Amino acid sequence: MTLPLPSASALQLTDVHKSFGATKIIRGVSLAIAKGERHAIIGPNGAGKSTLFNLISGRFAPTRGSIRLDGEEVGGSAPYRISRRGLARSFQVTNIFPRMSVYENIRCSALWALGHRYNFWRSIDRLHDARERADEVLARIRMTARRDTLAGVLTYAEQRALEIGITIAGDAQVILLDEPTAGMSRSETEATVELIRTVSQGKTLVIVEHDMGVVFGLADRISVLVYGEIIATDAPDRVRENAAVQAAYLGTLPDA
Amino acid sequence: MNRRSGAPAAASAPGGAATDTVRRYRSWAAAVILLLILPHVPGLDSSFGRSMLSQMGIAAVFALSYNLLLGQTGLLSFGHAVYFGLGAYAAIHLMRAINGGLPLPMPFVPLAGAAGGLAVGLVFGAVTTRRAGVVFALISLGVGELVFAAMRMLQGFSGGEEGITADRSHGPRLFGLDFTSQLQVYYLIAFWALVAAALMHFFMRTPVGRMCNAVRDNPERAEFIGYSAQRVRFTAFAVAAMFAGLAGGLHAINYEIVAAEAVGAARSGTVLLMVYIGGVSNFIGAILGAITITWLQVSLSDYTAAWQLYLGLFFMAIVLFAPGGLAGLIMMHAPLLRTAAFPGLLRAYAVALAPAVVMLAGAIMLLEINYRLSTQPEAGARITLLHVSLDAASPWPWLVAALLLGAGFLAFRRTWPGVTAAWQRATDEAGTGGTP
Repeated sequence: MTLPLPSASALQLTDVHKSFGATKIIRGVSLAIAKGERHAIIGPNGAGKSTLFNLISGRFAPTRGSIRLDGEEVGGSAPYRISRRGLARSFQVTNIFPRMSVYENIRCSALWALGHRYNFWRSIDRLHDARERADEVLARIRMTARRDTLAGVLTYAEQRALEIGITIAGDAQVILLDEPTAGMSRSETEATVELIRTVSQGKTLVIVEHDMGVVFGLADRISVLVYGEIIATDAPDRVRENAAVQAAYLGTLPDA
Repeated sequence: MNRRSGAPAAASAPGGAATDTVRRYRSWAAAVILLLILPHVPGLDSSFGRSMLSQMGIAAVFALSYNLLLGQTGLLSFGHAVYFGLGAYAAIHLMRAINGGLPLPMPFVPLAGAAGGLAVGLVFGAVTTRRAGVVFALISLGVGELVFAAMRMLQGFSGGEEGITADRSHGPRLFGLDFTSQLQVYYLIAFWALVAAALMHFFMRTPVGRMCNAVRDNPERAEFIGYSAQRVRFTAFAVAAMFAGLAGGLHAINYEIVAAEAVGAARSGTVLLMVYIGGVSNFIGAILGAITITWLQVSLSDYTAAWQLYLGLFFMAIVLFAPGGLAGLIMMHAPLLRTAAFPGLLRAYAVALAPAVVMLAGAIMLLEINYRLSTQPEAGARITLLHVSLDAASPWPWLVAALLLGAGFLAFRRTWPGVTAAWQRATDEAGTGGTP
């Protein structure tokens, strides 16, 4: 059981359940996401999308079932252990370091991945790789001009961009984005989608998103989660035509 | 290196790093010079002055270590004196061993304090840093009581309330130092205080130091970027305990006696006051707080028996009206210094100061009369306040005090809008926000 299974899946969920008390939130989810795939999870409010992310990233332990990251079981591991195995996630509700500068937010998020760990004998300013990574990510999220601003006083849209910056700073192979464009204007959404497209290049991306334009424009495959169960996993076109999905969404999916 | 347009010169930009380093070396050099000349400044060049400076140095190291915990890592401890006191005990026992013939010069004794603080910090830290917030605060209170009770019981180790003594001048000498004069003791304390301050300053700039800030701000997110929040807290706790122990070692050398009170709740409370009054999470603030509180402890107790009451009121005023502490007040005013409206602000402060002093005088009169009558009724009703003799049995001092307090308060309220307006003008000009 402990031997890693030979698998091309970056992420493999097998019969994952999660209950809070008597309430079953996730009811037997099985899902295999291939390396390099851009996978979207959609579904109505309360379907359990964020809970699924919380299970994969270690915030909650599954009640039962298996979660494998790159073939290795991670279900129930602490978030930092899962992070060290190369999975990064963003949050639906902005989750940044408010009393640190934008630059420091990003630099800290790159430290472990660059191997600096619990180093207390070198000045952080002498770690050139961390500095370069932070500058590069700042440029990518277009926040270079705000580098010395305290993260807590940024505007909402800037905090959302920083949220993505923190997520990608460690250069993780599997990226989970939880509603990255929530509350954004049309143009901000477009810029964010462009950003997601570039940073997920060659990586595995799992995204929870309500904006169907974003989902259908970005995803290679889509899973539809309804009441804790996946009712369909398929290519965008096929999902759009799926009768069960249409019943669940009542025709709110965009036309081709 | 290409220059990014629109990016202000930052500490971490290549060019910025160089000037920043220069600036940092310059301030450390200034600190060295200041520490060298302080005990020769008129007013401080007495044995009393040098003793006060020594106490300030010890308090500064202790407060900086507490700032590492509370200000940088967000851990509110009510038992930080445990590590100070046990460090002090480690040091005094080493001093006794030196008195007994161990060939070690006294200047190294504070290292035993640091080692003692670190050892105890590793043990208690492993247990207490599992949780942050209220749980951590309560456990720290429990540990503090536990260790205090243990120190009163273990007479052989601690000497209980009477304490144990040692002789700092009896042992092998380094550079001919015999520590019979307070000046030598001061320089020893100043040396170690500077080393400790520099190391703590450096620690905050290392990867794990930065992660202390991250864990303070958002422990959950820290876990999602690869760090165990508990391990980061544990590291900060152990380092803070080590420097608290170093301060304890300096205490042992300065007083040549360590008693159970060294680990007591009062000392844990005082260091909390120092850091809050100076400004939480501000390096200079912790030092300012340590200096201010030590000065009040030493000098205010000469004027009034009720000095702790004033200290409490001062603390409340800071927490309520200047949450950033003394350092916060200074930082609020720094950008205004060069504005044209700044003299106007100073004038407004001066105008408001007069009724504030009147109000304060009334409050002090009432406090002092009450304190005397309730704590020392046998001393009679004749009270001397600042060379003025009062008869508390007659209604007049009471009336005058109440009048001063009331009139001062009313006048102060009338002058305050002038201060806010002047503040507004100055901040508008400087382009910063905030309220006084």
